[in-house]
Amino acid sequence: MNRREFLNAIGAASVSSLVPGPAFAQRAGASYDRLLVLVELKGGNDGLNTVVPYADFAYYQLRPRLAVQRDQVLQLDQQAGLHPALEPLMALWQGRELAVVQGVGYPGPNLSHFRSIDIWDTASKSNEYLTEGWLARAFGAAPAPQSFAADGVVVGGAEMGPLRGGVRTIALTNPEQFLRQARLVAPAGQARNAALDHILKVEQNIVRAAARLHGNHVFVTAFPAHGFGNAVRTAAQLVASGAGVAVIKLSLGGFDTHSGQPARHAQLLKALAESLVALKGALTEIGRWDSTMVMTYSEFGRRPRENLSNGTDHGTASAHFVMGGRVMGGLYGAPPELARLDGSGNLPFAVDFRDLYATVLERWWGVDAPGALNGRFAALDLVRA
Amino acid sequence: MTATRPNVWFKLAACRGRKFDKLLGGSIPALALLGVLGGSVSSPAQAAALLGIDDARHLLNRTSFAASPADIETFAALTREQAVDRLVSWTGKPAVTPPPSWMSEPFESLRRFRGMSPEQRKLALREVFQKGFELQSWWLTEMLVTPSPLTEKMTLFWHNHFVSSQQKVRSPQLMYRQNALLRRHALGNFGELLHAVARDPAMVIYLDSASNRKGQPNENFAREVMELFTLGEGHYGERDIKEAARAFTGWGIDPDRGEFVFRRLAHDDGVKNVLGRSGSFNGDAVLDILLAQPQTAEHIAAKLWREFVSPEPDPATVGRIAKVFRESSYEIRPALRALLISDAFYEPRNRAVLIKSPVELVVGTLRQFSFTTGEPLPFVLSIAQLGQNLLAPPNVKGWPGGEAWINSTTLLGRKAFLDRLFRVEETRAMMAAGGGMEPPKVAERMTDGRQRFLRAMLDVQFDGGKWLSQFDDRPQLLRQVVLAAAPVQEPPADAQGLDLIRHLVQDPVYQLK
Repeated sequence: MNRREFLNAIGAASVSSLVPGPAFAQRAGASYDRLLVLVELKGGNDGLNTVVPYADFAYYQLRPRLAVQRDQVLQLDQQAGLHPALEPLMALWQGRELAVVQGVGYPGPNLSHFRSIDIWDTASKSNEYLTEGWLARAFGAAPAPQSFAADGVVVGGAEMGPLRGGVRTIALTNPEQFLRQARLVAPAGQARNAALDHILKVEQNIVRAAARLHGNHVFVTAFPAHGFGNAVRTAAQLVASGAGVAVIKLSLGGFDTHSGQPARHAQLLKALAESLVALKGALTEIGRWDSTMVMTYSEFGRRPRENLSNGTDHGTASAHFVMGGRVMGGLYGAPPELARLDGSGNLPFAVDFRDLYATVLERWWGVDAPGALNGRFAALDLVRA
Repeated sequence: MTATRPNVWFKLAACRGRKFDKLLGGSIPALALLGVLGGSVSSPAQAAALLGIDDARHLLNRTSFAASPADIETFAALTREQAVDRLVSWTGKPAVTPPPSWMSEPFESLRRFRGMSPEQRKLALREVFQKGFELQSWWLTEMLVTPSPLTEKMTLFWHNHFVSSQQKVRSPQLMYRQNALLRRHALGNFGELLHAVARDPAMVIYLDSASNRKGQPNENFAREVMELFTLGEGHYGERDIKEAARAFTGWGIDPDRGEFVFRRLAHDDGVKNVLGRSGSFNGDAVLDILLAQPQTAEHIAAKLWREFVSPEPDPATVGRIAKVFRESSYEIRPALRALLISDAFYEPRNRAVLIKSPVELVVGTLRQFSFTTGEPLPFVLSIAQLGQNLLAPPNVKGWPGGEAWINSTTLLGRKAFLDRLFRVEETRAMMAAGGGMEPPKVAERMTDGRQRFLRAMLDVQFDGGKWLSQFDDRPQLLRQVVLAAAPVQEPPADAQGLDLIRHLVQDPVYQLK
């Protein structure tokens, strides 16, 4: 079924009645025309071998086999350098569009994948269990314009992560498949109770999104031929469709490198870097790079001391990337303090992950952060005016 | 292994009347007591009235995984109390599905991962994963075939209350044992269940009790036992948690036998102050203190309300149920009985207000339409994809449920699942026609996982003609049976047979119970 058939099938008249015109009914200050692309590095990315403290002797002592050698790193300053597989990102660094935030973590770190990503997704304290994702809370308080196809789209996978609990969120592997499935949904009438009302709202959002999505933009930029490259292509097509989306969430899995880390990690970082550079290329083509912020996150970093299996175990604080046409490139946070490891041999954090979220909410979108984050956090000064 | 669901209520219907009354009265003497305890909640006018189709459907859909027309008709001819007594008495039996074969093997030591090479470890973990999957399949099969759906619903209820996840526990044998424990006490005594769960090895691992030692307390269990298992948030202080954690020190498990042990040397036998009481409490004493708090009964009663009645507990009825609960020393049956015969349960405003969980949607559909199924693999996967990965809830709070079940992905997933299910016969015919091959031959050419999945799908059968023939002389009953309320979208006037079923199950109201 193509788009036209789809529209016919669900009844174009009812679709147009569900999709209001382009007028933005927007709270003062909120600017969701600025896109956030979140990239989850699933499994716990090794921050120390991503942003390498190459001048720190302790790093080489802790990692006799796994350390990235000094002459291999792509130097960012006198202390920090990128893993060589991240070479594609150096163009962004040199263009001052890549912020490298070191030491991102939280107090009372939890070393379980499931629990720790739960903490990141819901922006909870480490001993607090929240149901809604931090972005769902943000959109709950300050919704994206009604004209948008969705508040957020999760590409490739049904785990809604930070968008969980949000009503106007959709997940899709590719727009075509979404449209195919959406034919089962018909725009429907009146609610009779809260539960039915919720279901009908979700149905309406599917219909709304389906009416605005298509995936047929032809980019000059070539996308890498792997799963993550495809996900980035889908993301770029979503943006090109003009459907209106405030957040796109992507994920790249496989970072749980307990063994055989060097080759695996290099491969993952390469896939990440080349895909993000393709995303920049594609969004630049359609004039959206300056209104896009890309941010990586992961449930935790890895333990500074390598294990006996040529890998690393679950750790705590890690380095993350923020990039975009309006991002002020440079180093943020603090270099890893390898002399101050905790009882389990893990790093202290320098930047609370919710500081990064506050940066998105306050500096990027201009919406209230303390409400969504259940507290005040210090936004980083990394967005160009 | 093709399993057709035995229709037990249908069989019971055959011995309705004196014989059945005898069976009921004779098997459970406590029922007389139940009548006294729960009786005051229902209005006298209702006591003699028969349920009728709508009330019977409502009762069965809330307490089982959707009901077959025959069951609904059987229950329609009972009074509220008769119907509820029959439901709650037919519970508390062990599972009828034999456990996975590895349950009869010696316990796999929890220490065996130590000293393994990375490759061995990977293989061992893969096996744990595989067995975890078999355990999910086992439970799902039980839900499909059980003669007592309420037992499974309550087992699932307690699984979502006393949460443990096999993703952390990593011992399929211990997860099975915990499941058996929850089933054994599913409608038994909450106090006994609480004490048993607290020393259940899977729980000891899940909430880190084993690392709770004198001088180095781990507060995880102490916090959750108050916040989630008994009192609920806001009815205790941080100080109570710290003190209670000391009482639980020394609780651990023997990693080689997988059994609870009390390590006296790791236990802090000093004086603790918990909720205004002080003494050199041990863990069991703290649990008794928690059970003595009226708030615990209120908390559980409200949770039962949200499970069975509506998202908004009615304080008056919940208060009455909590009183029944407390006065019976936390017997679950009388409390549930009181809830299910209460006027509130049957009020129009509480109909069709609960969203089916993925398990209820999938198992309910398969049972209600008398599907024949083979290996439960496709259903375990579908249920997980729809957000309810059995034996692996997202965190200690369990699945939030309600509206959280439905987002664009899961709603599309639900609709696609139902669409596939009611087209299995078409799919089979198409595959048979494809290249003149028998369906199994197509499957043989596929990879292992896909092959298993496809084979399992080919084993799914729906005899639409037979099922629909039950409604030949009363077409209106069909809708009443399938939907908890009138559809949002009236099916086309000429829709009938399988086509009509497809319209009804794709209606948003089908997601409600």
